[in-house]
Amino acid sequence: MKTDDLIEALAAHPQVVNGRAVEQRFALAALAGVCGAAVLMMAFYGLRPGLAQTMGLAMFWGKLLFAAALAVGGVAVVRRLARPGRAVGRTAVALAVPPLVLWALALAVLAQAAPDDRLGLVLGSTWRTCPFNIAFLSIPALAGSFWALRGAAPTRPALAGAAAGLLSGALGALVYALHCPEMAAPFLAVWYLAGMALPTLLGAVLGPRLLRW
Amino acid sequence: MEIEERLRGLLLQALEADAAAYQRFLKELSAHLRAFLRRRLAQWPHAVEDLVQETLLAVHNQRHTYQRDMPVTAWVHAIARYKLVDWLRSHAVRDARNDSLDDAAELFSSSDSEAAEARRDLAQLLQTLPDRQRLPIVHVKLEGLSVVETARLTGLSESAVKIGVHRGLKALAAKIRGL
Repeated sequence: MKTDDLIEALAAHPQVVNGRAVEQRFALAALAGVCGAAVLMMAFYGLRPGLAQTMGLAMFWGKLLFAAALAVGGVAVVRRLARPGRAVGRTAVALAVPPLVLWALALAVLAQAAPDDRLGLVLGSTWRTCPFNIAFLSIPALAGSFWALRGAAPTRPALAGAAAGLLSGALGALVYALHCPEMAAPFLAVWYLAGMALPTLLGAVLGPRLLRW
Repeated sequence: MEIEERLRGLLLQALEADAAAYQRFLKELSAHLRAFLRRRLAQWPHAVEDLVQETLLAVHNQRHTYQRDMPVTAWVHAIARYKLVDWLRSHAVRDARNDSLDDAAELFSSSDSEAAEARRDLAQLLQTLPDRQRLPIVHVKLEGLSVVETARLTGLSESAVKIGVHRGLKALAAKIRGL
């Protein structure tokens, strides 16, 4: 087929193109990811006892805010990576702010604590399972955001996969916070981030394999 | 900047379903792509037109990823670059290993009259698609029938025809990639 024939064919019967298709897919993916994580959380872990009382604690909301802020930053970055010719640029800063704030808070808490209490503040009582639970709950969002990316055109698949993984990890952590009994900033600063790092790494590995177009 | 303005104007009209503007857009784009790819595929002149077509198909299939505030040139360049790197990765290594004796012949076989001839025949690839995708593309895209006429002719529903065209073009792009 000659190129001119191809052009004619492609231009025949054009349709109005939906310029928001990428965002719509990500919105659907995030929604499905949160719902999927909620189902897994209820099935395997359950809500933490005394959730209603915990809701009066600032740290409970801080946990949710931290995860939500990273999820928002993740969406902002991944939707740029989904489009050819879009630079990530300053948007990446949005991803650095939540961890930096959390680390600063964690260091402040550790500095004020008695030396003997410090290790306990970092390890909490669930450090062995926390990262894996967060990673597990992030699976539905990871599947969803890869589906969304496959409907777009990421030219840097490893980076796009990692961003999708981070977004999924943040959504997983958001839901996991409803089960998690830990309230100390030093714990969150280490193990929540480790939990989000797992799907981020997985996304970076899967990206080049699954996101070709 | 002049090119950017003109291409952007045409693309924005095309995204509002203006066929004439879309055709002019793709036509102008193909000329730029050909020059861009010819410079970078100096060792593989026969592949230039294949990649021009593959890139045009990608631009078409991914046109929903364009946003009004983006420079069209940057958007197309990113797509062309991605397709070029992808091609080089899969072919360059293989070709370097089996550097053939056809080189002398190839040297004289490239001329401007061949500009529009692709080595890979898209029409042949089209034959490998299932009927529900192939027929809508043939009737709607190649013969220029309307969706309604195609639906009547093939017995498919109208939405099935539209979906067939859409999925068929995606499948075609995937087949090219697999070659």
